[in-house]
Amino acid sequence: MRASNLFKNLVCLVLVALLGGVASYASEKSLEEAEKDFNPTDMIMHHIGDSHGWHFFGENEDAVTLPLPVILYTDAGLVTFMSSEFHHDTSGHHIVEKNDMRFVNLHEKIYMLDQGAEAVEFDAGHHPLNASKPLDFSITKNVAAMFLTVIIMLVLFLSMSKKLKKSERAPKGVHNALEALVLFVRDEIARPQIGEKKYMKFMPFLLTVFFFIWITNLLGLFPGAANVTGNISVTVSLGLVTLVLMIINGNKDFWQHTLWMPGIPGFVKPILAVVELLGLFIKPIALMIRLFANITAGHIIILSLLGLIFILESVGVAGVSVPFALFISVLELLVAFLQAFIFTMLSALFIGMSVAEHEHH
Amino acid sequence: MELIKPEIGLIVWQTVVFVILVLLLAKFAWRPILGLIKERESSINDALDSAEKARLEMKNLQASNEKLIKKAREERDEMLKEARTIKEKMISEASTEAEEKASKILANAQETIIAEKQAALAEIKAQVASLSIEIAEKVVKKELDNKEDQMKLVDSMLDDVKLN
Repeated sequence: MRASNLFKNLVCLVLVALLGGVASYASEKSLEEAEKDFNPTDMIMHHIGDSHGWHFFGENEDAVTLPLPVILYTDAGLVTFMSSEFHHDTSGHHIVEKNDMRFVNLHEKIYMLDQGAEAVEFDAGHHPLNASKPLDFSITKNVAAMFLTVIIMLVLFLSMSKKLKKSERAPKGVHNALEALVLFVRDEIARPQIGEKKYMKFMPFLLTVFFFIWITNLLGLFPGAANVTGNISVTVSLGLVTLVLMIINGNKDFWQHTLWMPGIPGFVKPILAVVELLGLFIKPIALMIRLFANITAGHIIILSLLGLIFILESVGVAGVSVPFALFISVLELLVAFLQAFIFTMLSALFIGMSVAEHEHH
Repeated sequence: MELIKPEIGLIVWQTVVFVILVLLLAKFAWRPILGLIKERESSINDALDSAEKARLEMKNLQASNEKLIKKAREERDEMLKEARTIKEKMISEASTEAEEKASKILANAQETIIAEKQAALAEIKAQVASLSIEIAEKVVKKELDNKEDQMKLVDSMLDDVKLN
């Protein structure tokens, strides 16, 4: 009874704080908006996009940002420096000089100025004229968030395996929950989709991809966190892993059914081969787009709801949009799990297709 | 449009990190975890199986116990029944024997009685005959004297016989 009261009070407190925070932020903002119009698209794109440096709060020179290393591969070799050297500038004005090369940060893309250029010149479409993009292998916000997921996973599962080795008794606490999920992946995803004989080979991949997506999705729901699984590059990479597994594990039957389908008239075979080959690539593409779109859409909805407060320039809107955003956030908790499940499920299904042994007719 | 443009840097990082994560977890987490879970599952299954077996054995034991008891009870009943029949048989045998003996004794007794009776009758007949002869002799002797004497003699003779 007391615990539930405490919980209620806590929820109220958080809500009040949230509303108050948003309200005070909004009033400050409305002053600023006299000078600068609020652009919801920029705000949303900034939040769901990747960036050099992990921004927490504050604007321009007052911003509190975790600097992250910038790693560039240019014609003259690797160049590295901290993102703080740009001094929060993303408009391409602040120039960083390294090894006689000049770099600017233009909307979170690093450009290298051409030899002799002193400042970026833009064309009519706001594209830089005298700068080119070097290969950018920086530890961006997304990469840093990814490392965080990796550390969490290593801590969780290495301790789990240690605990399991130590005692043969039933698991307790968080390990019990994790074990339930591991068994869920094994018994509901891998076994039925891949088959009793071969599922063990793919368990490490399926378990890693499931927990990676789930934990990253959950971390992405924190305010100020990175939108890792909602980034197309990340999902492309995950989809590629599934595609590679499908291709290298495809057995004779699979390739025969893909390239030269048995049991149909000869002239249909080449047509079907084209369709099947396209299908082979469309499957992982569907995977990557589904995950990216679902997670990004969730973030956009929450940001749009909160953005309404600033668009309508009224604190009163917060009374409606904050509960709505809260509702969507809770929904996102479900989506976080669901998307991890669907990605893993479909990966298992596609791999299962590659390794399936058909009965010969 | 920025949103759906993949960045080579992020793809490379994600791929490298993910592959390393899979390899690391596979070696140090997934294989041991899955192996140990399987081991535990099989040990639980074994325990359940052996419990079931023990239960069945118990049941069998109970059944055989009951059977044994039943058999023992039946045997006891049989023995009691046998004893009863033996007893009855003995009693009946004894009584028939006794009856036979009694009737034999009776028959013997009757036979001796009849024999004695006949012997006695024969003796009486003999005595009556000799008496008749004596009486006849005396009557004949007295006939010569007088009639009255003869009658007196006969009477006295008869008295004698009565006295005997």
